[in-house]
Order: sequence, then structure tokens, then C-alpha cells
Amino acid sequence: MSASTAVKNTGPAAGATGRKARKPRRQGWWLPYALLAPAVIFELFVHVVPMVTGIWMSFLKLTKMFISNWGNAPFVGLKNYQVALDFDSAVGMGLLKSFGITIAFTLLVVGISWGLGMAAAVALQKTFKGRAIFRTLFLIPYALPMYAGVIAWKFMLQKDNGALNHLIFDNLGLPGDKPFWLIGDNAFISVVIVAIWRLWPFAFLMLMAGLQSIPTDVYEAASVDGAKPLRQWWNITLPMLRPVNISLVLVMFLWTFNDFNTPFVLFGGSQPPAGDLISFHIYNASFLTWNFGSGAAMSVLLLLFLMVVSGIYVLFMNRRKDNA
Amino acid sequence: MHDTTGTKVFRVVTITLLSIFTIIPIYVMVISGLKPLKDVQGTFSWWPETLTIQPYIDMWKTVPLADYFVNSVIVSTVSTVLSLIIAIFAAYAVSRYTFRGRSLFSGAVLSTQMLPGVLFLLPLFLIFVNINTNFGIQLVGTRAGLIITYLTFSLPFSIWMLAGYFNGIPRELDEAAKVDGCGPMRALIKVILPAARPGLVAVAIYSFMTSWGEVLFASVMTTDANRTLAVGLQLYSTQTNVYWNQIMAASVVVSIPIVIGFLLLQKNFVAGLTAGAVK
Repeated sequence: MSASTAVKNTGPAAGATGRKARKPRRQGWWLPYALLAPAVIFELFVHVVPMVTGIWMSFLKLTKMFISNWGNAPFVGLKNYQVALDFDSAVGMGLLKSFGITIAFTLLVVGISWGLGMAAAVALQKTFKGRAIFRTLFLIPYALPMYAGVIAWKFMLQKDNGALNHLIFDNLGLPGDKPFWLIGDNAFISVVIVAIWRLWPFAFLMLMAGLQSIPTDVYEAASVDGAKPLRQWWNITLPMLRPVNISLVLVMFLWTFNDFNTPFVLFGGSQPPAGDLISFHIYNASFLTWNFGSGAAMSVLLLLFLMVVSGIYVLFMNRRKDNA
Repeated sequence: MHDTTGTKVFRVVTITLLSIFTIIPIYVMVISGLKPLKDVQGTFSWWPETLTIQPYIDMWKTVPLADYFVNSVIVSTVSTVLSLIIAIFAAYAVSRYTFRGRSLFSGAVLSTQMLPGVLFLLPLFLIFVNINTNFGIQLVGTRAGLIITYLTFSLPFSIWMLAGYFNGIPRELDEAAKVDGCGPMRALIKVILPAARPGLVAVAIYSFMTSWGEVLFASVMTTDANRTLAVGLQLYSTQTNVYWNQIMAASVVVSIPIVIGFLLLQKNFVAGLTAGAVK
């Protein structure tokens, strides 16, 4: 707040001196900047400055020996990037594998979550008795603190005392041995299901909010014209939800691709290779091997990838809007 | 308008399957918190042989849960209040003023969603350590450090949502107030804020949930002195025992305030999202 008052004090004076040279500024021109100042200062402090520092660190040989005195870490140029992108080395191979797993994870989680959210939003679009109960129920996983939900899943996915193996093998009587769900290849399925469980209510919430802005008489007119429900969904609901969907899909993509919390709480210290999502991979690469320069380089690569994908997505969506 | 059979089948199947998917983990959490330790260590049972509230008593002793609870409440409340105030000012500027850099600001704010937490986790930690050595302000291991970090996490989405909400309030209202002699600040407080109540509630819930549930920064930035529930809940696994029943009981307890709060205010939340998302 002190910064915003400082701007207020100097603002009008600066405007007065600049008046001769440039065209006169409107009175109170500084007000929007003063209003933004606190937000900008905090974002700079917590996001921008650390991000720039992180990029700087990616060019340093920042290992355990230099961590307490990281100003003295030697500059190694692009060495960290070379190692991370050398797919013949163990480090590069590990990163590439983790990247592939994360892409598969993101496509499955975002796609299925969107589908479930859309199905639920459409199913609850019309009023019926008990609608409010289901709406409330579906929002609980979103409202639940993230770690509480994932820990419940972690318990359910235990091999010997978990609910899932009990359901499959004891209740439904499938033959075979109870498998591990958090170790080995099954870990991928597990982390996908848990992430969907957490994410789909958000899609439901956004789509439900979007559906409320579609007037009901549009549907009535369509059904008078003989349009079947699936056609109505395709020709009315989907186009009307387009603005919501554009930001919803992008946000879900970014959150899911960067998801650290789900694998971290679900797997804890014992990371299975099949559930080695990229944020989790970079965290372990940094904190287990104490090679923070290398971890920073991997994070920068991840950021570049996300920027390129988001940029292409936004461009593509804007172009389609212009053509339409 | 009559529903076709296909529509009815779709509705029943969708609602049934999603209800089961949603409920099972919640049911397991609630029921396992009421079982004695030997029951959660043996084969799972859907209905417990003995119901006990013992885990709800023991969980406070196994781990100093009450301390973590206090830390979480303080950190989440203060960061929510600060984040809300800062977001109100920024959203007011974006919604009511045209100025150079406006679209740059809006774009930059939303692009922070792209940043991987792991990229700025360690630099932020090192910056906090440096601030301590140079200025003597302790940010690692204190609530202040977490509060500052968390308020910026909810800020981008809050600004975006509130700006959308403010845009929905007719400009004539605050113009009229200004004609009556209100300054821009009085117009904000007297006219816009009362009209934007649902949006403010939505943003406050969102901020609180963000802080209450954050794990990554909490696990690196906290020490015994300021540990939050997000980290505390993972301490029930010791080398000898995993107290699943107490973990589940504690999960229920940390979830109840936030779930009830969210569900009571969900109408505001949906209204806030509608204003922000559908523009």
C-alpha cells in the first residue's frame, strides 16, 4: 500500500511538469495505475522476479556445493539444457519419458473431465425434483481440500486393505491376485482416475454457469422445428458455450500439465515410473539429486512448451472466430 | 416440452454413474474414520464391525493437528482478505478505466496460470532466505511468507472474475454517484461493492480454497512452527504404523468447514463465474 500512496503523491506533480512537452494529461490519469500497483507489486515479487531468477539459475552449475552460496555458482551457458535434451543420456531420457507420460495424462484427464462435466451439466440443465441435491453432490470433490480427496483415494488404492481390490476381487469375485495400484504400471491408471475425480466438477461448474445464459426459448423453437436432443446439443448448446469452452479447456490443460499435487500426495516419496508426471519429475530431479541448475533448465523448457502450445491455441481460436 | 426416452435414459445413467463415482471415496473416508486401527489395517469392509469415535480423539495427539489447524486458518483468512482487497482495486481499474497498458496487464495476469510451480518454487525460497539475511525479515518458516505467496496464487483468477462482475454493473450507477460529488473511491465503496456482493463472495471462497488446499509450497516453505494442514495430514504415516483411521478422521475434520462454506455459498460462486466467463 505504501507504493500506491507514493504514486499518488508524485503523480499530479509529474503530470504538471510533463504538460509542456506532451499533450496535457487528463486529471487523475494516474488513478488506474495506483489501483493496479498492489497487484503488480505482489505478482512481481512472487511470480516474475522468481521466474527471472529461475531462468538465470538454469545457466548455472548450481549443485549441492553452491546452494548456500549460489552467487558463486559457475556460469555454464547452455550446458544444463544440453544435458536435459540429450536423449541418449539417462537425464534426457528420463525427461522425455516423463514428458510423454504427462501428455497422455493431460489428454485423458482433460478430455474425460470435460466430457463428464458436459454430460452432468446437460443432465441437470432442466429443473426436476432433486436437481439441487445432485448439483451439490457433484461439487463436493471440487470443494474438498485437494489433499483430503487424494489421501482418501490413496487409502482406497492400497493393495491389501484398500477398497478397490476388495470391490473387484472379494465383492465381484474376479479371479486372480490383488494387484498393486500405486506401484508399477497401474500407477498411471490410478493417477489419471484420481485427477479426473478432482477436475471434472470444475468443468461441470463452468459449463453449468455457461448453460444458464442460454435462453430456454431457443430450445423450444428448435424442438418445434423437430430438432432431436442430440442435434439441439450440437447446434445450440455447443456453439453457445464456445466462449466458456475456449478458456475452460485452456485452463484445464495448463493446470493438468503442471499438476504436482496429485502425484505428490498419491505416491509420496516412492515415485513409480508410470506415474512420473513432469512437475513431479522436475521436483525430484532438483531436490533428490540437489542439482538445481538442471532442474531450473527443465522447468524453463516446460514453460516454453506451455507458452508455445497456449500461443498456437489462442491464435487458432481467434482466427476461427474471425472466419465465422 | 416433453423429454424423449433417450433423454431420460441419458439423464438417469449419467446422474447414477457420476453419483457413485463421486460418493465412493467420500464414503470410504467417512466410514474408515470410524473404525478401530486393526480394521483399517486388515481387509477392507464396506460396513465396520465396530464403530468407534476413538480416531477422532486420538488424531489430535498423534500429530499436533490443532496447531496446524490454527496455522491454516490464519494463513488462509489473512491471504484471502488481502487478495480480495488487492483484486477489488485492480478489477476496478480494469473495468472502469481505459489506460495505456490495460490489455498488457490483463494478459500478463492470466498468463501466470501457465507458470509451473516448480520453476519459481526454489528461486522464491532463495529470495526469502536472502531477504532474511539482508533485511532480517523472516519469511521462511513464518506465516507471513505463506500469506504473501498464497495471495498471489488466487489474485489472477480473482481479478479476472471480479472485472467481469464489475462490467455487468451499469456504469450509469457510478457516474450518477460521481455527479453527486463522490470521488472514485467513494463510488467504488458506496455503489459498486454493494452491487457486486455475489462476485466478492465467489472470489473470497475461491481464494480461501486455494490457500487451504495448497501442498507444494507448504511442504517446502514451512517448518514445525508454521506447518499447515496440507503438510500435517501426511505426518500420520510413521515408520511403524500408518494410522489410516486417524488420517481419514482428520481429512473429514479439515474438509467440513470448507465444504459446508462452499456449498452454502455455491449460488454466489456460480453467479460470479457466469459474470466472469460469459462475456
